[in-house]
Amino acid sequence: MTGAGLKDATAVVGIGQTAFAKQLPESEKALACRAILAALDDAGISPAEVDALASYTMEETDEVEVAKAVGFGDLTFFSKVGYGGGGSCATVAHLAAAVATGQATVGVAWRSRKRGSGPRPWKNTAVQLPTPAQWTRPFGLLRPADEIAMLTRRYLHEYGATRDHLFNVALACRNRANQNPAAMMYERPLTRDMYMTSRWISEPLCLFDNCLETDGALACVVVSAERARDCRRRPVYVHSAAQGLPAQHHGMVNYWNDDPLTGPAWAAARHLWKHADFTPEDVDVAQIYDAFTPLIPLSLEGYGFCGRGEGGAFTEGGALEIGGRLPLNTSGGGLSEAYVHGFNLINEGVKQLRGTSTAQVPNAATCLVTAGEGVPTSALLLRT
Amino acid sequence: MLTPVVDDDGAPFWEYAARGELRVQACAEPDCGELRFPPRPCCPHCHSFDSEWRRMTGKGRVWSYVIPHPPLLPDYAAQSPYNVIVVELTDAPRIRLVGNLVSAPEAPLNSVAQERIRIGAKVQVVFTDGEGLPRWVLERP
Ligand SMILES: [Zn+2]
Repeated sequence: MTGAGLKDATAVVGIGQTAFAKQLPESEKALACRAILAALDDAGISPAEVDALASYTMEETDEVEVAKAVGFGDLTFFSKVGYGGGGSCATVAHLAAAVATGQATVGVAWRSRKRGSGPRPWKNTAVQLPTPAQWTRPFGLLRPADEIAMLTRRYLHEYGATRDHLFNVALACRNRANQNPAAMMYERPLTRDMYMTSRWISEPLCLFDNCLETDGALACVVVSAERARDCRRRPVYVHSAAQGLPAQHHGMVNYWNDDPLTGPAWAAARHLWKHADFTPEDVDVAQIYDAFTPLIPLSLEGYGFCGRGEGGAFTEGGALEIGGRLPLNTSGGGLSEAYVHGFNLINEGVKQLRGTSTAQVPNAATCLVTAGEGVPTSALLLRT
Repeated sequence: MLTPVVDDDGAPFWEYAARGELRVQACAEPDCGELRFPPRPCCPHCHSFDSEWRRMTGKGRVWSYVIPHPPLLPDYAAQSPYNVIVVELTDAPRIRLVGNLVSAPEAPLNSVAQERIRIGAKVQVVFTDGEGLPRWVLERP
C-alpha cells in the first residue's frame, strides 16, 4: 500500500458533544459516555459494533472503563497518542488507518475534560519538575502560556507582527462564538478596546490571547467509506492525515531547535499535502488549534497558507472572518467556544462539511483541522 | 521556589554551575565536537556516546523574554511581574538557555526594570551562592 492508501478510504459519520461550561456537575467519565453515545446515535450505529478506540494523553477516562460503561463489543484496536493537545487529529488518523487496513470496522475517538472546574495542571509541581522542566521551571517559566509567550515575543520582533494581528485572531474566534449558542462566549462580543486593555497573563500575551478553561466532552465515529454510505448522515471523508514531530524538537519549549519559529506544523504539513488532491488555496474553511492566538499565524505559515513571517499580515482585512480568504474556527474554537484540547475543532470541521455549522461557509467542501502547535502535532484534511 | 530536579544527563551541568562554571555538553569524537543542549546520551550528528563538558565564556544576547503575571505558584507570584529570558550564547549561537535577567546574582527576579530588557541586549552569566543557579546580568548595567 502506498502512502495515499488512506485517501478518502474512511469517513467521519457521527459526532457528539456535551454542554460546555466553566463547571459541569457530572464526572469526566459520565461526560465521555454521553458524548460517545451521542456520536454513535448521530451515526446510527450500535455501541456493540464499536471495535476500535483512540484517545490522546491527558485523557483521564481510560478505554477499559469507557468500553465497559457504554457497552462496546470486542475491541481489536486501541491507541493513545502522546503530547496532549497535539494528538487530537491523530486519533481520527489512527482510527482511519485501523479501519482502512482491516484491523477494525467501527472506531470511536473522544475527549473528556474538566479543565474548568478541575485543577490547573501547572500547579502540580510534582509532574512538572522532572526532565525537561529542569531547564525551564526553576526560572519561573511555569505555564504553557509563558512558554508560548516566549516564542511570540521573538516572532513579533523578527517579523514585525503586532498585537493587532493577535487581536484579529481572537476577534474572528469570538465573532463565530457569538453565532454559536453552544459556545461559552455566545452573546459576549469582544472589542479591540477590551483586548488592548485586558490584563496580562504573560507579556506579550493578554487574557484574550488564551483559551477558555472548560468542562465538556466530545466524540466522533469513523467507519469505511463503503459503510459510510449507509449511515444516517452525509459522510465526511478523511482525505489526508499526518502527525509531526520535527527533527531536534523539544516539547513546547522549542527554543533549542535550530529554527524555533518553524514548529511541528511544518513537519505535519509536508506529509499532509503530499497525499492530498488539493492545496492550501483550495481549503474552504480551517479549524486551527488555538490554545493561544499566536499559534494561528505560526500554523498559517506552517500549513502553507502564506510565506514565512507573513502569518500576522495574513490576518488583516477580515481574512479569517466568514467571507474572508480563510474562515477560521467557525464554532469559536478553543479561544471562544470551548477548550477541549482541540476536539471541538474536529467536530466543527465535520459540521461545516455537512452544511450544519452555526457559522456556515457556503458550499464548504474542504476543511483543514489541526492539533496543538508547539508540541508534537497532527492534522487532518476533511472533504465532502 | 522550584529547584531543578536533575536527571543523569543533566547532572554535570548543575555540578559545574554549583562551582560557578557555565559548561555545555559537546561530542567528544575528535572529528565531530558538536555542542548539544539539553544534554542527552549520544550525539545526534555522529552517534558517539562520548561527551565532554566545554566551558563557555558566559556571554550571550537576549533572544526573547516574557513577563509572567498571576495566577502563578506562590513564590513566583510574590515577585511578579518578573522576567524570564532566553539567552543565545555568544560562543555557540544555537545554544539557548532559559534564565532570568537580574541586577545581581542574589537579587529578586524582578530586580531589573522591564523597560531595560530588550531582544539583542548583551548579557553575562552569574551564579547564585547556594544552589548555583545560572542567572544573567546586563553587560552594560
Ligand atoms: Zn558527534
